[in-house]
Amino acid sequence: MNFDINKVAKLARLTLAPEEGAKLTRNLSTILDYVKNLEKLDTQNVDPTSHVLNLENVYRPDEAKKSLTRDKVLKHAPASDGFFFKVPKTVSRA
Amino acid sequence: MSELHSLTLKEAMAHARQHGAVELTAALKARAQKLNPSLNAFLRFESAAVFNGNATGSLAGVPIAVKDNICVEGQQATCASKILKGHVAPYDATVIQKLKNAGAAIFGTCNMDEFAFGSSCETSAYGPTKNPWDLARVPGGSSGGSAAAVAADMAYAALGSDTGGSIRQPAALCGLVGLKPTYGRVSRNGLIAFGSSFDQIGPITKTVEDSAILLDVMAGHDAMDSTSANVAVPDYTKNLNASIKGLKIGLPKEFFPKDSAKGGMDPEIEKSVREAVEVLRGLGAEIKEISLPHVQYSVEVYYIVAVAEASSNLGRFDGVRYGARAAAKDLNEVYFASRSEGFGQEAKRRILLGTFVLSAGYYEAYYLKGQKVRTLIRQDFDNAFKDVDVILSPTSPTPAFKIGEKSNDPLAMYLSDIYTIPANLAGIPALSVPCGFTGAGLPIGLQLMGRAFEEETILRVAHQYEQKTQFFKKKPNLG
Repeated sequence: MNFDINKVAKLARLTLAPEEGAKLTRNLSTILDYVKNLEKLDTQNVDPTSHVLNLENVYRPDEAKKSLTRDKVLKHAPASDGFFFKVPKTVSRA
Repeated sequence: MSELHSLTLKEAMAHARQHGAVELTAALKARAQKLNPSLNAFLRFESAAVFNGNATGSLAGVPIAVKDNICVEGQQATCASKILKGHVAPYDATVIQKLKNAGAAIFGTCNMDEFAFGSSCETSAYGPTKNPWDLARVPGGSSGGSAAAVAADMAYAALGSDTGGSIRQPAALCGLVGLKPTYGRVSRNGLIAFGSSFDQIGPITKTVEDSAILLDVMAGHDAMDSTSANVAVPDYTKNLNASIKGLKIGLPKEFFPKDSAKGGMDPEIEKSVREAVEVLRGLGAEIKEISLPHVQYSVEVYYIVAVAEASSNLGRFDGVRYGARAAAKDLNEVYFASRSEGFGQEAKRRILLGTFVLSAGYYEAYYLKGQKVRTLIRQDFDNAFKDVDVILSPTSPTPAFKIGEKSNDPLAMYLSDIYTIPANLAGIPALSVPCGFTGAGLPIGLQLMGRAFEEETILRVAHQYEQKTQFFKKKPNLG
């Protein structure tokens, strides 16, 4: 199985060291070759299973309820100003 | 009277009702101080009884250990990953709330494979857990710390989570009972997600009755989990002794090939499992050969669909809201650096695999194909359960393997779950119960699978088998 590991890594927001990328390419190729076994099965008229309970559109009553307080949520954030999560600048000037 | 740390959960509850639970927690703590440095089953236990139990509840203040991916308010929950190092849960998982309401204390956070990715507990960022039966061997995974803690008498019972066998396989490798409930039977709220259409929380215990006691506490619909099922909850301990005469137990011929070398099943495992079949026949069960024609594709389906769900679920770990953030000059770099530094090799492998099978151009060939074959496997079980009440197999194709033996061969590791994955694909309940030992003294587990929401039936069969064989009475020699 041929694929570009760095392209996949970029989609997954991962940076791979060169030797890491080579090893993971070998691992993934082995696994992807193995799952090719599924090609033996004709599934043209089979519906996919996304969920085993066959539940549909689970709603709850539209009522106001208590949720986690802001303090609790922000307490263990890597960085916050007490009101929001803080992050470095999101747009850089060219 | 045996020593306090070696009690079953039921015995510990009886003791606590008479004498209180304080000395139980103290006994477990003393045991953990002695053994945990060599076993590494607990990541944290020094803050003894983080919630003091309540003597009036059904669990009477008895301490229960918890896997590191289940949230306990005010306590660290790290999924044994560097990316969640130091993360403190801001709320209780529903199962923790239910345990507390039943009067349980929480003692001991159990090691695991990072994000539950593994069958050996070796992918933990905090070092591997050792098997109490042989310290050179793995305890199984991913709930290996939970199983090792109970097997070593550092816990009366522990919670694990099972996505492809992560409760049952370590229970088998450590000589314990492990139950994966029906998908939707137990709320997933507060369980840090791996594969959301597979994950279930369940107990790892010394006896079948202990698992039934904990399922009684944990089962039921939860408005906080929209995938939890609104199905009535029976009393799981009530009918454990009801006769199994005439109950039909199926042996899938695909799991017991005539030429057993082809099945990849260790001969000692096959011998023990076949002896178990005879014990069950002796108890009045009717044994039938059945067929699950698509079950041989389970590992393939699982390593497409479960990794796809995992890659999506792990997208939330980006260094912004919780856990570790790497130093970086802009937000995009925060994502890349935090994730690259925070995730271990197996987590990266599954994130990449999942991202690939969901990516444009490959989605239909892999992910959609996997979902369709999942349907075929579910249909196999639906058909089989028209003829039989319970399906029997080994839990694991081998006994506990050596630390390092499979860690460089991901596919060999994935095949350790060949018998446990099908129940997760079909969403049905399954448990592992001890069924003997190898010549070298390693525990062997028997797996029983039941119809959806029929945990009662597999618990009943397992309980009577256990009481007949008494394998649970043998303990590892830890001094």
